[in-house]
Amino acid sequence: MALLEIQNLNRRFGGLQAVNSVSFTMEQGMIKAVIGPNGAGKTTLFNLIAGNLPANSGNIFFNETKINGRKPYQIARLGLSRTYQNIKLFHGMTALENVMLGRHIRSKAGFVAGMLNLPWTWPEERMIRDKSMEYLDLLGVAGCADIEVSNLSFGQQRGIEFARALATEPTLLLLDEPAAGLNIYETAEIGRLISKIRESGITILLVEHDMSLVMDISDEIVVLSFGEKIAEDLPHNIQQNEEVIRVYLGDEG
Amino acid sequence: MTPELFIQYLFAGITYGIIYAIVAIGFNIIYNTTGIINFAQGEFVMLGGMIAITMHSVMPIPLAIVAAVVITMVVGALIEMVFIRWLESPSVLRMIIITIGISILAREVALHIWGESVRALPYFIGNEVTSVSILGAKISPQVLWVIGVCSLMVAGLSLFFKFTSLGREMRACAANRRAATLCGINTKNMVTLSFVLSAGIGAVAGCVMSPITYSDYSMGPNLAIKGFTVAILGGLGNSVAAVTAGLLLGIIEAFSISVLPLAFQDAIATSILLLILFVRPHGLFGSSEAASLKEF
Amino acid sequence: MDLFKRYFPVFSLLAVVVGIQVVTHFTETTYYLTQLTMSAYYSVVVIGLCVLMGYGGQISLGHAGFFAIGGYLAGALTTHNLITLKGHRLVSLLDNVGLLVDSKGLYGGDLLTVEPWAACIIAVLTAGLIAFAIGGPILKLKGHYLAMATLGFGIIIYRIALASAYFGEADGISEVPGFKLLPGIEVSGSFVSRVLNYYIAWGMVIVAVILLLNLIHSRVGRALRSIHGAEEAANAMGVNTARYKLYIFVLSAVFAALAGVFVTHYNGGIGPSEAGVMKSVRYVAIVAVGGMANIWGALIMGIVLNFLSLRGVFGSYDDAVFGVILIIIMLFAPQGILNINPGQKVKSLLSFFVSKSGEETTE
Repeated sequence: MALLEIQNLNRRFGGLQAVNSVSFTMEQGMIKAVIGPNGAGKTTLFNLIAGNLPANSGNIFFNETKINGRKPYQIARLGLSRTYQNIKLFHGMTALENVMLGRHIRSKAGFVAGMLNLPWTWPEERMIRDKSMEYLDLLGVAGCADIEVSNLSFGQQRGIEFARALATEPTLLLLDEPAAGLNIYETAEIGRLISKIRESGITILLVEHDMSLVMDISDEIVVLSFGEKIAEDLPHNIQQNEEVIRVYLGDEG
Repeated sequence: MTPELFIQYLFAGITYGIIYAIVAIGFNIIYNTTGIINFAQGEFVMLGGMIAITMHSVMPIPLAIVAAVVITMVVGALIEMVFIRWLESPSVLRMIIITIGISILAREVALHIWGESVRALPYFIGNEVTSVSILGAKISPQVLWVIGVCSLMVAGLSLFFKFTSLGREMRACAANRRAATLCGINTKNMVTLSFVLSAGIGAVAGCVMSPITYSDYSMGPNLAIKGFTVAILGGLGNSVAAVTAGLLLGIIEAFSISVLPLAFQDAIATSILLLILFVRPHGLFGSSEAASLKEF
Repeated sequence: MDLFKRYFPVFSLLAVVVGIQVVTHFTETTYYLTQLTMSAYYSVVVIGLCVLMGYGGQISLGHAGFFAIGGYLAGALTTHNLITLKGHRLVSLLDNVGLLVDSKGLYGGDLLTVEPWAACIIAVLTAGLIAFAIGGPILKLKGHYLAMATLGFGIIIYRIALASAYFGEADGISEVPGFKLLPGIEVSGSFVSRVLNYYIAWGMVIVAVILLLNLIHSRVGRALRSIHGAEEAANAMGVNTARYKLYIFVLSAVFAALAGVFVTHYNGGIGPSEAGVMKSVRYVAIVAVGGMANIWGALIMGIVLNFLSLRGVFGSYDDAVFGVILIIIMLFAPQGILNINPGQKVKSLLSFFVSKSGEETTE
């Protein structure tokens, strides 16, 4: 059974069919990219999978569990984590604290225990802190651990968001345009990082505009246009697919 | 309930209802141009009434009312220019607290000028016992004044927003502030104008209602909460629906006297407010789809 | 090390509290202790609200309502005479399990009232349950809607207090007896126990501060702050945001109710103004002045402003002062008075006027 299975997913906004009968599956350990022109419904698809939006119809199975209709935090606890196109960090908190939130579902000290500062929560807090530092280190942003995130550069913020998502130890990671706003060196760096994450056994679904990055790292590509899936294939086949070329370059092309 | 009593209650309900609707429209005008809920909206009504009463001691009623409305509009403009204009994209929380502060300040100033005593403008025609008979029920002509003037204001406003270029510019500002700026509309002035307008209509309502409901320095918050209830009932920003919702609330309140003790009358609006916020925060007539796209 | 850093201010506070008591003893100004005791209780409401607003990011304009629920229930239960109901099954059951106390009234009549401990628990539990019940739907709302809904809740409580005979209508409840916490330790306004009550109140503040400091530095506290930072992302990290918001709402309501119970016993009564909207606004003002997400700021401002207000320093301008404070803080220092940077503010004001006159000349 596939890790992620999407069946006939639909979502409308008023008269606009943002996602139209989209189906695909993802096997454990692969990198799959979703591409398409602006407004093709890529981010909507992500929001449907992560539970931020309810679907009008269709099903999403994650690890053989039906997840549509569940709340985002419930889906996160099943092992799905995500990043956002326009980075969403917790402002007013340091970089380290941001990543520590990623350890939330991997720890359990509750309300009363926290209020009374019970000794058994101490080793857990230390674990959370150490693990989070490791992830900051992995992303090369350990240096800004104690800095409030609003004061960091765009690249550093992206790194921290990545570290936060990884800190949840997900089985499936959704990356919404991980290379947006990065220069070519940083983009190459992100590419290497994504491959490294995959090697550690994490399955990755990404939306990306940078074609060289997508072609480089993906095992398979899904192409969306006006909410519909128009192709799903290996990267070099997608490059040759006439329908895809037409959608990207227009009819005259 | 006799038919006469029924009509009497109905007119009482309509009178209050249309005043609530005016307050709600005041909320809507400012909300539409700025995204701010002006918690001081009720204070405009209070100021209008109180200033008119003071002015009446030196001039006839019509002049006193005009003076009161103009002064309140100036106050509205000043509030916007001093407290709102120069803030760059303030958070909602900040704006809530600032307008609450303004409302407290206005009330305290009123308290120190006029004291705690309850005052009233004299009846425009006749006195408190003058009445006209409508379907057998005795209705004070002042009630007809309130209903007439407020209805005219509602009609005037909708014509203003539809057919004058200034009104259209304000609507453009409401629809998309940045785009309006790019089209050469001075959105900052539109915001000032929205404060002036909503202060003005509040003041008019404050004057015409004063003979019936009396005026005192502390009347604002109660009116504001009812106006807000009505604005929410109709769907925030929707002034046509606010009139319907206002009449609905006014009539419910008026008839509640026959079932509930008077002391709880004011709690009705608040309960309706909570209920509607819990169940349909986008209002009775709004669509949830559109509401979810708005940012609060 | 971290723990030392966290608790060091608490020890300093303790030292200051003791120091003030000693100084007032030798300068014979112990009358100040009365207002300091009251300020301490009000500050418990304020720091609870601070965690809800500053850390959880949820405004409440209804916390005077929770204070009043605590105060009014405790006052009514320990004051209303149940002697005429003695034959009633419920009353005799309560009497048998020791929840009621017999005493002699002012004019020698027999009084049968609820034991203050039981009343306190009932009052605080009620406030907590009400917060729990309304918290679910209320905390789904954001911004203006949340503010108005909490305001509406406050108004309803105020109206109930004002309209029901059981709660004394406009007069409120008076002649509330003292609250014996332990033998020899009683919360009451009597002259002889002034110093003792000062320490009871401040003990409560210190316990509350420690609990809240622990909370915000814990896993749950982090989750709360993340809700303020970016609710959607917090949800995506597996934080059940709705539940945490509810917890902190209930906690702050319980703090407010507890303060209400103690203030009522201390003052020997409670009136409807304690439930008024102005009180709620005042609590919000103090949290804002303290810097929103700053327990110490809220505590210091809570003590200072309440003390000045209770001393009557603001005279008939009491409410006006809080209104002005709200406006000024939110206009010039939304990060609170302790984080103010006057130079920068002047600059931004100047640049506004300069750019404005610039606009006019180009037109």
